[in-house]
Amino acid sequence: MKFTWFNLMPWPYLPDDFREKNRSVWVDIDQRLFDPVKSHEVYNTYLDLLEYAADVGFDAIGVNEHHQNGYGIMPSPNIIAAALSRRTKDVGLVVLGNSIALYNPPVRVAEEFAMLDCISGGRLIAGFPVGTSMDTNFCYGQIPALTREKYQEAHDLIIKAWTTRDPFAWNGRYTKLRHVNIWPRPIQQPHPPIHIPGGGSVETYDFCIDNTYSYSYLSFSGYIRAKALMDGYWKRVAERNTPDASPYRAGFAQTICVADTDAEAERLYKEHVDYFYNRCLHVYPGFADAPGYRTIKTIQTGALSQYAPPKGGYTNLSWKQLTEEGHVIAGSPETVRQRMEELCKSLNVGNIFCLMHVGNMPKEKCMYSTKLFAEKVIPKLRNMFPDYKNDERFWCHPIKQVKPGSLPTESKAREVVGAAR
Amino acid sequence: MPLELKTVKTHKTPVRYIEGGTGQPLVFLHGAGGATIADPFLAKLAAKYHLYAPLLPGYGDSEECGQIRDMLDFTLHNWDVVEALGLKNPILVGHSMGGMIAAEMAAIAPNDVTRLGLICPAGLWLDAHPIPDLFATMPFEMPQLLFHNVAAGTALMTAGMTLDDPKFLQAYLVTNARQLGMAGKILFPVPERGLSERLYRIKAKTVLVWGDSDKLIPPAYAHAFKKGIANAELVSLPEAGHMVTLEKGDQVVQALSRLG
Repeated sequence: MKFTWFNLMPWPYLPDDFREKNRSVWVDIDQRLFDPVKSHEVYNTYLDLLEYAADVGFDAIGVNEHHQNGYGIMPSPNIIAAALSRRTKDVGLVVLGNSIALYNPPVRVAEEFAMLDCISGGRLIAGFPVGTSMDTNFCYGQIPALTREKYQEAHDLIIKAWTTRDPFAWNGRYTKLRHVNIWPRPIQQPHPPIHIPGGGSVETYDFCIDNTYSYSYLSFSGYIRAKALMDGYWKRVAERNTPDASPYRAGFAQTICVADTDAEAERLYKEHVDYFYNRCLHVYPGFADAPGYRTIKTIQTGALSQYAPPKGGYTNLSWKQLTEEGHVIAGSPETVRQRMEELCKSLNVGNIFCLMHVGNMPKEKCMYSTKLFAEKVIPKLRNMFPDYKNDERFWCHPIKQVKPGSLPTESKAREVVGAAR
Repeated sequence: MPLELKTVKTHKTPVRYIEGGTGQPLVFLHGAGGATIADPFLAKLAAKYHLYAPLLPGYGDSEECGQIRDMLDFTLHNWDVVEALGLKNPILVGHSMGGMIAAEMAAIAPNDVTRLGLICPAGLWLDAHPIPDLFATMPFEMPQLLFHNVAAGTALMTAGMTLDDPKFLQAYLVTNARQLGMAGKILFPVPERGLSERLYRIKAKTVLVWGDSDKLIPPAYAHAFKKGIANAELVSLPEAGHMVTLEKGDQVVQALSRLG
């Protein structure tokens, strides 16, 4: 099993009456609710928490890209990953990911991911999402019906840029470049492992299967509701005569809160879970799915947008419902272990993106929950899939790490310069 | 002759079109909402002209066409349709998005269009009058943007809709994705593709028709079009919104008769 401690970086100061006074947390959220001065501390706390997760034994720490979004103050995950690459060692860096249809030209992603891989010593796990409709269409203006074609072309260009050793010309429909010749290129060969977030379209299943990419389902509604979608993926894996059904071909995001007891979990975390589901996920439905963004096939499969709330909305969901229905896995280490085991086995997933920081959770509670999960849950889940314990195709391959702070003392430097004079 | 739904082959894709009536040939290009054989405005046009109303690929039951991507593709595709229908210099009329395409057609081939009817066309952008984001508008919010008489418009738009029925909802979402997905290629995120720089090329006698209470493309745009097209006159219709074709269909047909 691979556990990634994932931080969405929510803005923790959305007011109590946020839902009533605002139509959306995303796209047209009120600018005045963001306080740049307060954000200085928020950003640095979040970076500290990511580094803490690395220290307590998570396999990777993860970041993602959202725009104009109250629950994700990370329009550029690469900036965060760059900061993390300097302050951590040996831990994987999951950037899930760069919405590659938004980068112009897309070789920018090939370059920045290469930089991250080089600075971190081969620790990058790269993600290529199409991006939500909110981000890609409504914030970044991509034409919905052309987004997937543009995404596909950007993908092909990035892979070619990473794997071709001589300059080449790229005559695409969306990008034309006479001299593609990226500098630097990634340490990991032929390129860093790639994870693709998907929302249930067959095209994306096939894309992952054909390229040996890991398929990630980044849902907030938990593992029980994800079963149908993941079953669809595994069915497709079988249909396509894929050589194996390794659980590392898949990833899943899950909100997790651990405490000493089930009752303590409710006491400690309920308000932060409420904050996340009721304020952070308060997305105006008109932004959820621009017409043309999802393929006809996907709509016909009946998969509703993951941003479509459950009938009646989250407001009416009690703690009991949120936990029993699996939106949130919360409780004592033993409860969480049981639910996690059920999750991994029922979905057959080896990569877990653990959403351990929830909504406006303060750092102390987040550390507590993170530590309990790392110490009392992870070790018991570690060898869930012994048949695939050597499957490293979907994970990073770090080289021997150089420590930041490699400079000699000034007197030592003077000595060396003196000898060279 | 009652209206009929037919198919004509074009270079890129088969095109469905609605045909009916006798008289001078008139090509009508529908707006982002599409057109159906039951559209009373089409019947009104067919009572006076030989009407051809082609559906854009993806609209109605027509096939989608992935090769039509940008404004030039839309413009040339519609010229392909006119050609395939065997028409020369028909009266060219468009509503909303269709007006944008008709104006582009007249600008790109100014010697092939002598009579142009633009019914509250899209295609321009004025910073002082931002056009609402149609693509982020929920179905229940549409009537307020589209109609002068919102209550009557709501009744018109929701007739036969059962959004609580999952089957209906899925069919509705598929239609929406096909139709507005196609429209989005020239209307998203801002419905402007450089037409203002090409309006000067239009030689056709042009009639602009606008509802005074158009809240989607407000009447300020009528004046911008009038300013940009040399031989244009404007007919403003009171108590009509963006769906002026439904709210004041007879007056729209009457206004178009100025084209001769």
